[in-house]
Amino acid sequence: MARLVVRDVVITTLLLGLFAAIGTGVVAWVHSGTEARIIDNRLQMTRARVTQVLEGVDYDNDPVADHHRLSDERLGGEDLPVWIARRGTEVVGVAVSAIAPDGYSGDIHLLVGIDRTGTVRGVRITQHRETPGLGDDIEVERSDWVHDFRGRSLGDPPIERWRVRRDGGVFDQFTGATVTPRAVVRAVRNALLYFEQHSEELLALPPPEEDEVLTIDPAVPEIPDPATPTEPLPGAAPPGDTLP
Amino acid sequence: MITSGYGDIIREGLWNNNPGLVQLLGLCPLLAISGTVVNALGLGLATIATLVISNTLVSLLREHVRPEIRIPVYVLIIASAVTAIELVMNAWFHGLFLVLGIFIPLIVTNCAIIGRAEAFASRNSVPRAAVDGLAMGVGFTGVLVAIGALREIVGQGSLLDNAHLLFGEWGRDLRIEIFPQEHGFLLALLPPGAFLAMGLLIAVKNLIDARLEGRAAPSATTEPTAPAPSQS
Repeated sequence: MARLVVRDVVITTLLLGLFAAIGTGVVAWVHSGTEARIIDNRLQMTRARVTQVLEGVDYDNDPVADHHRLSDERLGGEDLPVWIARRGTEVVGVAVSAIAPDGYSGDIHLLVGIDRTGTVRGVRITQHRETPGLGDDIEVERSDWVHDFRGRSLGDPPIERWRVRRDGGVFDQFTGATVTPRAVVRAVRNALLYFEQHSEELLALPPPEEDEVLTIDPAVPEIPDPATPTEPLPGAAPPGDTLP
Repeated sequence: MITSGYGDIIREGLWNNNPGLVQLLGLCPLLAISGTVVNALGLGLATIATLVISNTLVSLLREHVRPEIRIPVYVLIIASAVTAIELVMNAWFHGLFLVLGIFIPLIVTNCAIIGRAEAFASRNSVPRAAVDGLAMGVGFTGVLVAIGALREIVGQGSLLDNAHLLFGEWGRDLRIEIFPQEHGFLLALLPPGAFLAMGLLIAVKNLIDARLEGRAAPSATTEPTAPAPSQS
């Protein structure tokens, strides 16, 4: 009897193993067929957004291939990607990712393009869960509100007026939603403060090594779509360079 | 049910035993992703594909899977199918993939799928199982899209917003604006709106069923008290 049970266990295990192997094999096959395209999709999405926030900056490199990681309280997170725009080897602008921790429903992720003089060239919201129809006017697809930041800097308006109107600042809030724009304005201001404090380091970031430039790098961090209602999928990209 | 024909299988999936309205299975994606028609359709198509693939494979393997390990094997089949579909969507429908987010992998846990594997596919021939998967999937998608349409119209006054995520660039022209968004009814877009729309649909289905029964009853032998199917 006991031998029979052992045999059963062995057969069942082998059978289950076989199914697992087939299942994994199919997934691996599909993965190899889609991998290049998926990486390409991410790169394109990242490139589109970085290009948008660096509007008007005259650069001749591919910022997507030239990225580093930043960690700072002011940016609201650890290991946040920053993309560097250069003319020749000189840094002419940066696209900094930042997180506003105080949105109406959770974190708001944004991308702030700053040129080397510390002027904002563009802001895009990359991920949020604000109330549809109220807070989502921060998306460029829904309203022009984010364009208010273009051309602003720490002196324009003066730092104490970097607030929404209700708090005595110069930026509009939306009807029925003050918390969301307030969080975004604060996050952009903090990103500028970070840039001012660290501009020397940022503007001296080394260009990528020659042989890295043209390879497709799967570690390029993805910028999620603004409409994403949920957390990003697990499987985050491995960290690259981190600034102190 | 074992001896039912294809017509019955299809009728079961689309109406009588609809996973969304009658079995009430897979409510998590049903309620969460039904904010707009395009999201609903995207998730619905992914669910149809999963159901057809998993039903077919389960039926194909039904003679070879020992009963003791059938559940782990079903889970393996479903999980592999969903992962493959997720990769394909990530590659070819990247925008939609980002919008649907975590709900694509969560198709694995849609109990309608393992429910059909266990209740139908494991006891029926391959073509019947495939048709059942298709019918159940289409039934589920129908409910998903109906709720999506209801919420999108009431909530933001449009239909087929963001259709380019699914159909490519020409999809932008598919958007139909019924009234400007400012006059939208916000509640419809928020989670409670999903429950309200769902309840409404179930009520309508029950009403229709009652009507049909009432119409059939007088010609049968019983119940003169059944409500007359008068048109009001």
